[in-house]
Amino acid sequence: MTSSTLTRDRYLADNPKFLAGLFMSPALIYIIALVGFPFVLAIIYAFTDISTGNPELNFVGFDTFRRVLDDPVFRKALWNTFWFATLANLVVVVLATALAEVLTRDFRGKWLVRFLVLLPWVAPVSLATITWLWTLDSIFSPIDWVLRQFGLITENMYWLGRPQLAMWSIVIVQAWRIVPLAAVIVMAGLVAIPDEINDAVAVDGAGTWRRMFQVTIPLLAPIIAVAVLFGVILSISDMSLVYVLTRGGPTHSTQVLSTWAFIKGIEGGALGQGAAVALFLLPVLVGITAVVLRLARRREVL
Amino acid sequence: MAWRDADIPSLQRRAKRRRRLGRVGLYTSAILFSFFAVFPFSWALISMFKQSSDLYVKDNNPFWFNLAPTLEHLRLLFVETNYLTFIRNSFVVGLAVTLITLTLALPLAYALARLRLRWGERMGIAIFLVYLIPPTLLFIPMTRVINTLGLQESLWSLIVVYPTITIPISSWLLMGFFKGIPMDIEEQAMVDGQSRIGAIARVVLPLMFPGIVAVVVFAFTLSAHEFIYALAFNKSSAVKTIATGVPTELVRGDVFFWQSLQAAVIIVAIPIALVFNAFLDRFIKGFTMGAVKG
Repeated sequence: MTSSTLTRDRYLADNPKFLAGLFMSPALIYIIALVGFPFVLAIIYAFTDISTGNPELNFVGFDTFRRVLDDPVFRKALWNTFWFATLANLVVVVLATALAEVLTRDFRGKWLVRFLVLLPWVAPVSLATITWLWTLDSIFSPIDWVLRQFGLITENMYWLGRPQLAMWSIVIVQAWRIVPLAAVIVMAGLVAIPDEINDAVAVDGAGTWRRMFQVTIPLLAPIIAVAVLFGVILSISDMSLVYVLTRGGPTHSTQVLSTWAFIKGIEGGALGQGAAVALFLLPVLVGITAVVLRLARRREVL
Repeated sequence: MAWRDADIPSLQRRAKRRRRLGRVGLYTSAILFSFFAVFPFSWALISMFKQSSDLYVKDNNPFWFNLAPTLEHLRLLFVETNYLTFIRNSFVVGLAVTLITLTLALPLAYALARLRLRWGERMGIAIFLVYLIPPTLLFIPMTRVINTLGLQESLWSLIVVYPTITIPISSWLLMGFFKGIPMDIEEQAMVDGQSRIGAIARVVLPLMFPGIVAVVVFAFTLSAHEFIYALAFNKSSAVKTIATGVPTELVRGDVFFWQSLQAAVIIVAIPIALVFNAFLDRFIKGFTMGAVKG
């Protein structure tokens, strides 16, 4: 503080309060105008029957919500979103923890391995998904070819063409995409574990597995929680993967809230209903936010 | 004493065996993870050079060239589609978004990290939370806002909207980098007669270079990655980005140009992955440093 009192009077911009206002307002105004305002508008839309054909704000109370809720497709999408996010992230937690453990070790060719395992995450999602669309092709899927060679199947699997299987396919592809991100987050936590702890455990004679389950994983729990948080947010809010792979089909069996909001709101033009569908993500996001805030207050991670 | 001497070699052997077993496990899992991650890309890489009369035969070995490889589909991609336009568009958007993000996020992060504001910490968390509001929640009203501003069907729509994603996360990253620079450096410059702005410009910003690079990489990758807004705002081919152009334009009706499509993916994904990979450590460092309470 001494230095700022020393220099305070020389320039107006040396005054911390003035400087804070000057430095923060442009970004804050930008965020409020382009996040805050649309956010309020999204809530308003959900209580109107606005559509691209009729862009008047005509308040209809809970009518739009009722119409959305009465739609069996919506209920299916809600359920699918839950399963999609839960299953994908279960796979992610297991694989990402293991992958992080591998990537913190030293071994030959590590640079290449790191580059390869990060590919699914660092490649643009819609493009990475196209490679899966081709890998899971109904006729020319190389997976089917291998299975046929081994005589395991005679007919093709139609990975994206059968309701249950399509769901599993998008779950696996989603996990494939998020594992690198989660592993990288977990790695940051692994690196932060002091060497003394690992040394002490090694001196005590604990093997790799015991060290992993009794020391590493408990210490990592908060950072794994952060990884899951990001994974869940990505899974419920990023529609590109599902949109490119199945567009919610077949017969809405992979329809999730984000794709349904897009199909209803943008492709179907029912802006009010689309906004209402998207708003159902809000409780989940608020819940996640609460968790983040609690973690932040505990001053452990984030 | 005698029993101990006899035991040592056997203990050493056991430790060695265990270590060797650990190495085998390590390499095996590294290979399995790499295989899982790369599998669809390798299939794409092979496909892009295959002749149609080879690719579209169900029982041909998909991992081998049953007919001579061809560059025909690459030619098609570059000459007969708007692929290069998509790349240019992504690049232009990335550049503009980078500039806006740095102009707005640097001062914000500086204020939050270094001015010792009473509510600075809470404000920092609040801004980070903005990042958690997904485009899915906002794209419908945002489309209306963009239409009202007359920006639809132009790159401006994306240039205006993407900073809403990059500013929160970049401010968070930059806060971490700012906190890593000792206050003394800046205060010394001020004691030496610089104004605070002068001290920031001459002393602090040069030290922020790694953080700024991280933001640049982030803004560029976002403009190549982002899908929902790009799909909702821009429907004409001339203003599509890589993320929306490739999946929508290289599919004509129900006909997929599979080889060109895979080529389009590989050509963009690999360089982006290389750059992102090179900066990842820095990115993580910034991310966790932003997490450290100052």
